[in-house]
Amino acid sequence: MSPESQRIEVSSDQDVVRVRQLVRTVAVAVKLSLVDQTKLVTAASELARNTLVYGGGGSVEVVRVENGRRAGIRIVFADQGPGIADIDLALTDGYTTGGGLGLGLSGARRLVDEFDIDTAVGRGTSITVVKWCR
Amino acid sequence: MDRVPVLKIGDLLLVSIQIDMEDQVALQLQEDLADRIVATGCHGVIIDISALDIVDSFVGRTLATIASISRVLDAETVVVGMRPAVAITLVELGLSLPGIRTALNVDLGMALLGRHREQPEPAGMETEDEADIPAVPAS
Repeated sequence: MSPESQRIEVSSDQDVVRVRQLVRTVAVAVKLSLVDQTKLVTAASELARNTLVYGGGGSVEVVRVENGRRAGIRIVFADQGPGIADIDLALTDGYTTGGGLGLGLSGARRLVDEFDIDTAVGRGTSITVVKWCR
Repeated sequence: MDRVPVLKIGDLLLVSIQIDMEDQVALQLQEDLADRIVATGCHGVIIDISALDIVDSFVGRTLATIASISRVLDAETVVVGMRPAVAITLVELGLSLPGIRTALNVDLGMALLGRHREQPEPAGMETEDEADIPAVPAS
């Protein structure tokens, strides 16, 4: 039996790989389709890297959830970094402060069913995503 | 840290990514390939990603950078073996890999590079053609 919730501390590139592997395992366990597994693992990779690069590290928590008859996965990416001053701008395709492509946040949002950001400047950022089985 | 091997086969360099790469491993591959292109004088690079179950924006950007560096060093890059679910996800992510040539497998990638050497494009090309060059030009 797998535990209800699993948590990974993210402080290195290697931890981002571990997040991908954990999300993949849970996505298979809740029987997401192959395309949905791929989308969720990709989104998790983007957001875990953001936690590391922009948040200065943090934690990722993966939980199996249920909503009536549907199973799904909820993932929370939390850091105590600088926070996001302008969420709309941060969610714009191509906007980056880190020299990347600016697709991580906006792209990840397109790959999941639910996406929620809780952030405050100086306090950190917490991003929650959910993917449901079809 | 893991390292992705770069194999020389004839006039080609072949890279088959078989591991879930940390970001540093991807950056190391970028450097290794540039070094090997110069050391071997190879004119073609094939990157096989059939074992990758995801390509995120970092890996996608690395592939695009490798293609650009190769071109500057007189080598063409073809990315082969992308899984369908990866292609769907990449496009939805917003990354359509402009400037990267792709083929469905290594054989087709080698054929594409062979055609490219026989019919070199004029110097100073800025954009990649989406369509392949026809095997038999219309007369």
